[in-house]
Amino acid sequence: MTQTQTVDNGVNVEALLGAKQALTEAPQAAKFTWRATCQWKNGTHSHSTVEGFFGLGEEQHRKTTFNFDADHPEVFASEDHGATPVEYVLVGLASCLTAGVAAVAQHRGIQLRSVKAKIEGGMDLQGILGIDTDVRNGFDGIKVSYEIDADATKDEIKALVAQSQKRSAVFDIVTNPTNVTVEVN
Amino acid sequence: MRTTTTVVIGAGHAGLAMSKCLSDRAIDHVVLERGAVANTWRTERWDSLRLLTPNWQSRLPGFGYDGDDPDGYRTMPEVIDFIDRYAKAIEAPVQTDTRVTRLRPADGGYIVETDRGDWRCHTVVMATGACNTPIVPALAAEVPKDIVTLTPREYRNPSQLPDGGVLVVGASATGTQLADEIHDSGRPVTMSVGEHIRAPRSYRGKDIEWWMDRAGVLDERYDQVDDIVRARNVPSLQLAGQRDMLDLNALTAKGVKLVGRLSGIGNGKAQFSGSLRNQCALSDLKMGRLLDTIDDWATANGLDGEVEPPHRYPPTEVEENPPLLLNLSSGKIKTILWATGFRPDYSWLDVPVFDRKGRVRHDGGVVDAPGLYLMGMQFLRRRKSALIDGAGDDARDLSAHLAAYLNAPSAIRPV
Repeated sequence: MTQTQTVDNGVNVEALLGAKQALTEAPQAAKFTWRATCQWKNGTHSHSTVEGFFGLGEEQHRKTTFNFDADHPEVFASEDHGATPVEYVLVGLASCLTAGVAAVAQHRGIQLRSVKAKIEGGMDLQGILGIDTDVRNGFDGIKVSYEIDADATKDEIKALVAQSQKRSAVFDIVTNPTNVTVEVN
Repeated sequence: MRTTTTVVIGAGHAGLAMSKCLSDRAIDHVVLERGAVANTWRTERWDSLRLLTPNWQSRLPGFGYDGDDPDGYRTMPEVIDFIDRYAKAIEAPVQTDTRVTRLRPADGGYIVETDRGDWRCHTVVMATGACNTPIVPALAAEVPKDIVTLTPREYRNPSQLPDGGVLVVGASATGTQLADEIHDSGRPVTMSVGEHIRAPRSYRGKDIEWWMDRAGVLDERYDQVDDIVRARNVPSLQLAGQRDMLDLNALTAKGVKLVGRLSGIGNGKAQFSGSLRNQCALSDLKMGRLLDTIDDWATANGLDGEVEPPHRYPPTEVEENPPLLLNLSSGKIKTILWATGFRPDYSWLDVPVFDRKGRVRHDGGVVDAPGLYLMGMQFLRRRKSALIDGAGDDARDLSAHLAAYLNAPSAIRPV
């Protein structure tokens, strides 16, 4: 009756562990630079592209250029050509945490069947509109809620989500300050 | 220049345990100590500190607790007395008030330079401790100048601090204990909480150390864990030498304010990470796994009828929106205490054995240089390695390795 099943969440953990080992020995190869370019279209509409990045000591290219339109909805008197920039932040956080859940689950030998996240960020527009300088521009909080179906106990699933936050780049980016330098050439 | 077979640097519990094992093997040696026996315990600990392990657990080769309170926790004078009596009992060849200024390889052995003359030897055991230098984060440089800052090495008691609020940075064993007594002194404490390991002082009627000892958790070996680098960097358990559990909930209940990890200071404001909830969730889950391990072990070993039934603790309380900013210029915070850990001081070690992070390269205490050994570090050979109780097994293993090294025909021994 006993049947050995291989856990497969589509994550190549051996490759990730190999990369960890390789980058421990050659830490300079671990220095990556991520990039995007952004072109103004009209009004609040802009078009961004993501293609190359730097890592493993050299320029890296993709087969595809990814395109992103950002705009604001009609209630802002905009034309709604794309998600708002703050929604891209939510997408970034949710997708980073979700990728992390899959990777950690694979590493821990947990088969996932379904992972769904709902994410929302609260914002008081009095900040960006300059109505009240005591109100910050950004989110006043972000809530993520996961529904996960997996071969694991409730605590094991909670531990996946907790470990994913611990290792997440975007979680770090939104929870800790980052120096930002904006230049005009 | 004096000569001996082995120089042990440091006369704390680890160096003395090694001295006992070397004596048992009739290996000629000296123990060099910068101050008096148990110097760090004498000079670098706060007044109210009690040992975090129960009295029965301080088992050294040929020595142990013989008092009538095996489940108690030693005061610092009691720790010093215990180690002092051990040094006398084993007749350790300690040379006190001798500070090692340099250790260098020479002629297949080593020269140990001290402020009281040099020693030539074949082998060296470094037992100078894991906690010599307080780690203070770089952002400490941005703290406004009118705020008093100090580390646990200088801290003795709350009366040292100005009246007013205190920001304790760090929530491991040191941070939680100091937050507790400083808050009790009438100085309101805000505690910045990063990664921490929650643990009950006692569980099912037994000390947590009793469970970890009996269930073999403390004997887990360095070559059996998945990620030894990670295991060596795990923060200390949130324990205190007292009966009551001193976790974040206990501190919150008395009015200590919890904030996230200190992530920046700018324009007189401290900025805290928004990760507090997850840090607490990680710790609660980790404690749950430890208690699961204990319960499974108790059942497998037929203890369920003998000890109290299993139970679980309420999760760590985190307020809905923990503050992300604290104005350090408002006058509310008068002191910042950096309970952000310690690192060893190897400024005297002139042997090329460092990795890129400045740690000594070693395999379970056998250093990456012939005849050089390390003792008393976190998870050196076993989970208990940094405890007083861990020195014995490590000293037995490493003295055996050292003796074999001395006997090996390939060892060059010109002294």
